[in-house]
Amino acid sequence: MALMQISEPGMSPEPHQARLAVGIDLGTTNSLVATVRSGVPVVLPDAHGRPLLPSIVRYVDAHRVEVGYAAQARQADDPKNTIVSVKRFMGRGVKDAAHIENSPYDFIDAPGMLQIRTVAGAKSPVEVSAEILKVLRERAELSLQGNLSGAVITVPAYFDDAQRQATKDAGRIAGLNVLRLLNEPTAAAIAYGLENAAEGIYAVYDLGGGTFDISILKLSKGLFEVVATSGDSMLGGDDFDQRVFCWAVEQAKLPPLDPRDMRRLLVKAREAKEHLTQHGEAPITAKLSTGDVVDLAIDTETFCSITQTLVQKTLNPMRKALRDAGLRPEEVKGVVMVGGATRMPQIQRAVGEFFRRDPLNNLDPDKVVALGAAMQANVLAGNKSLGEDWLLLDVIPLSLGIETMGGLTEKIIPRNTTIPAGRAQEFTTFKDGQTGMSIHVVQGERELVSDCRSLARFELKGIPPMAAGAGRVRVSFQVDADGLLSVTATEKTTGAEASVAVKPSYGLADADVERMLRDSFEHAREDMHARALAEQRVDGQRLIEATRAALAVDEKLLSDAERASIQAAVASLERLLTATDHRAIRKAVEALNHATGEFAARRMDEGIKRALAGRKIGSL
Amino acid sequence: MQNHFELFGLTPAFAVDAEALERSYREIQSRVHPDRFAHAGDAERRASLQWTTRVNEAFQILKNPVTRARHVLELHGVDVAFETNTAMPPEFLMQQMELRETLENAKDAAALDALRSDLHRSRESLEKQVGEAIDRKKDYAGAAGLVRKLQFLEKLDSEIDSAYEKVE
Repeated sequence: MALMQISEPGMSPEPHQARLAVGIDLGTTNSLVATVRSGVPVVLPDAHGRPLLPSIVRYVDAHRVEVGYAAQARQADDPKNTIVSVKRFMGRGVKDAAHIENSPYDFIDAPGMLQIRTVAGAKSPVEVSAEILKVLRERAELSLQGNLSGAVITVPAYFDDAQRQATKDAGRIAGLNVLRLLNEPTAAAIAYGLENAAEGIYAVYDLGGGTFDISILKLSKGLFEVVATSGDSMLGGDDFDQRVFCWAVEQAKLPPLDPRDMRRLLVKAREAKEHLTQHGEAPITAKLSTGDVVDLAIDTETFCSITQTLVQKTLNPMRKALRDAGLRPEEVKGVVMVGGATRMPQIQRAVGEFFRRDPLNNLDPDKVVALGAAMQANVLAGNKSLGEDWLLLDVIPLSLGIETMGGLTEKIIPRNTTIPAGRAQEFTTFKDGQTGMSIHVVQGERELVSDCRSLARFELKGIPPMAAGAGRVRVSFQVDADGLLSVTATEKTTGAEASVAVKPSYGLADADVERMLRDSFEHAREDMHARALAEQRVDGQRLIEATRAALAVDEKLLSDAERASIQAAVASLERLLTATDHRAIRKAVEALNHATGEFAARRMDEGIKRALAGRKIGSL
Repeated sequence: MQNHFELFGLTPAFAVDAEALERSYREIQSRVHPDRFAHAGDAERRASLQWTTRVNEAFQILKNPVTRARHVLELHGVDVAFETNTAMPPEFLMQQMELRETLENAKDAAALDALRSDLHRSRESLEKQVGEAIDRKKDYAGAAGLVRKLQFLEKLDSEIDSAYEKVE
């Protein structure tokens, strides 16, 4: 029965149907997917009601893949094909991944990012992560009964560009429209801040399975502002397991272990660590394939002493972040604890002593990141109206620069710069008649290029021959809201411009992503065409809605002719949406995007004018 | 040349109303930030990225006293010339050398704390002089020399940061 509806002027009586958007915490140990349902963020469980998905992928044979609990159950029997903690390998080469010697895998030293040899062939960490994301996407689509409009995927704040790019690629391969990469501590701050109406300076201490972040935020109503962030992307709960594992090997005087026994004992080490959170002593018992029996007990005191250096390793990033923020520990109003590893009592103690206050533990440290990501996804999907949403300002964790003479780093964008950020720097040619310049993009804080992470190398060609010092090359860095970098270089003295855009080489080439996307659909036996058509339709529909909404508000910024040309592009896209040619739809989407370019720019200018209109009198 | 003050509806001056600046910044960000356009078309997303980048850069420049002073002077046609003009009065250089010596001899956080609080006092007094020269006396050429000094102190401040990392 329809009741009479009363609505405010300018508001539609029936709010448009909310877009399905999810937040995904792609963790080292466990992953989760969450959404906002009737205004409340909830974690979506699997068919058995389990909220967590162990981040474990097992390649059973060339075609079958197991993800989660099923893979976890087989990890000790099939260690080479069962990939655990794949997040530690994202965007990493063989030489910079930790604990390689204690990993049971066959690594392939591929250029840029390592690969793992499995029964299903060589797998990049991106593909392995995509398997986890795919399971979460299917879980969400089943639970929400529809195709997802977009997803926010969280990453450690201290992830560098290569690791971020790898994560975004994994999302694309899993068939997700990645709305944003969101820093994990920031996601936690959103969940905590909104739930507790927190205002002031807060720190988020996030010790996960494989990564450590510390972020300092300024919270106020409608604003989450990251002031500084620091961390260690190679430090987490896994390292505590490793310490216990090494201790057990030493105590039991074990010979070098085969991959199965290694995995078996690592699992026992992890269980012992978890047991010690509640108890003073934990057993470590395992029967090895050699017939050796490990029968040990580890007490809290021993555990604390063998892991003390790990706890200490989290203190320096905390000091650094506070210094960068220009704050003293006592100026921090609260410390939010995130990540399963913060359950360890020695961590709680160390953080409490450092900030001289009890850490805040009133949120589930396993779920808070996914919940915050879901809330942000809901905002990005446009499901909240202006005024009830919030502004999120985040920063880049590591400085970005280029190599200059003598192997030195010249910083172009310093760490803790608010993103999106852009900066350009000019360099001169150093040889007579020089026609090219090679540009090496690096990330890190150290002065020597060799101590920083190399992100990309490219060559700027076509510089007209000139005397040394006369050629001027402008290198521009642009970091987007995901924290991802693109670089352009332009030679400008003679007006003859040559420029090139690079995507960091640690990420996958677009062609690789396409291929993996194709492979993944072939294996899942999904109809690729149907999927592409569905995606293009969603895309097209979204653009039409956005354009109409923009026209409704700002039509006056256009001349009659301009308006007519936009409307024609809308009409032609709308016609094609009912047909089944996804390529034609994509072309029409591009055409409409092109037709609205100038309109978009004018709308931004207008937005700024409106923002300032109310300010002028007060501030002059 | 772009006038960053205008972007925030402010009058160019060294003395800046930090609250008004921040208010305008947030107000503008809440309208142009990419989070507002995550679901929009390419054209709007691109425009949003460009604007946000520009607003962030302008905000950074106006927040920091050295870059703000430099910008005001540029608007008045005076180049501070950090890179080319390194001539400094001898007594200032002497003082700098002493400070650097203290920095090298600082072996713990307490020593660095002391040095930093000294440095911050010098910065504050120098900033006062810069404001005086620019806003009251309109002595832009004279202000340029003071801003170069301020830049020296700022550099030392970042060296103190690195020194902390070494003693930790």
